[in-house]
This record gives sequence, C-alpha cells and structure tokens, in this order.
Amino acid sequence: MAKNEIKYLTAIKQEKPKKKFCRFKKYGIKYVDYKDIEFLKKFLNEQGKMLPRRLSGNSLKYQRKVSDAIKKARQMALLPYVTDLLK
Amino acid sequence: MNNYELMVIFTPVLSEEDFKTAQKKYQDIIKENGGDIVASNPWGLKSLAYPIDKKTTGIYWILEFTGPSDLNEKLKIQFLRDEQIMRHMFTRLDKYAVEYNHIKRNGGFPVHKAQEA
Repeated sequence: MAKNEIKYLTAIKQEKPKKKFCRFKKYGIKYVDYKDIEFLKKFLNEQGKMLPRRLSGNSLKYQRKVSDAIKKARQMALLPYVTDLLK
Repeated sequence: MNNYELMVIFTPVLSEEDFKTAQKKYQDIIKENGGDIVASNPWGLKSLAYPIDKKTTGIYWILEFTGPSDLNEKLKIQFLRDEQIMRHMFTRLDKYAVEYNHIKRNGGFPVHKAQEA
C-alpha cells in the first residue's frame, strides 16, 4: 500500500460503458462496400487488424460482412495487411 | 444472368491510351460472351497499401456488369495472360449491393447512410 494513496470517502463513480449497438441494424445499412475505405477503417485498429465483435459492437451477420469486405480490400491493396499508425 | 463487379489493377507504367484500349478490349470480350456492361469506373493512378511486384502504385479500374456464370472463367484466362494486369478480382453482387452501387452512382445517399459512411 503506497503511503500516499488517496482514500476516497465515496467510491469513484465508474463511467458506465455506453450501450453498444449494431450500427448496421440501427442505420439500416444492408451492404458493406469493400471499396469504402473510410468506413472500413472504423473496424480496424492501429495495426490494421480487425476489431472483435465485443469492441465493434456488430451483430454476427454484419460482422461477417465487414470481415469479408476488409479481406477483399486487403487483397486489392486498398487496405494494408499490417501497418503501424494506420489512422 | 448474375451481377458481377470486377476490379483490376494495371501496372503504373501503362500510358493513358493503353489503359483505354485495355478497357475497350475487355468490355468487348464481355459483350461478345453474352454479358452487358452496367458501369465502368476507372479510378486511375492510386498508391497501393503495400507494394505488389515491387511497384507501389497501380491504375485501378472497376467495372460492373451482368453476365452468365461461365463468363468469368474466360475473362480470367485473359487476365492471367495479360502481363499489364497485376491483380484482378471478381465480386458477385447481391441485390443489396446492386442497389447500393445504383444509389452511389446517381446522387448521394439518404441522410443517415451519408452521415454513417
């Protein structure tokens, strides 16, 4: 126990994680275009790897569509396979 | 008659006329084999996300067409034989994709998608 640890009288209010929603269902998007790089980048992290469902909040059906689109974009050199500081 | 979308990357050393003649050539092949062209959309010179055959830029060309299912095989043979082409990819379009491309071509998107995309 570090000596100078501050003791709070009341517990710090933990910021409630905001409810995740599937943006495809909410906005009614039916097709994920593999040419739309800006949109696909929302589902990639800095190294260019795909975000898992628990982070991207997608439903299973659309997560698969997004992953197919990302793989197609990578195949056609629109998105890198691995990079640093993609954003 | 399925809807297909073809994306082709040409070598960057290709001149403008060669690019046009190549486009013309492949569109004629599609027409001969019973397909028809919906839209052709050359992006032109773009830098690649990673080098392909030691080249960092490529000329992109996207063609949307409908055709019988055995048409792609014939096209593929032509692509593999043509050394100007670095990479090509066929995509089968379902009805949502066709509608998406249609909206994208003529005019913008309904508000929520534009704000989303």
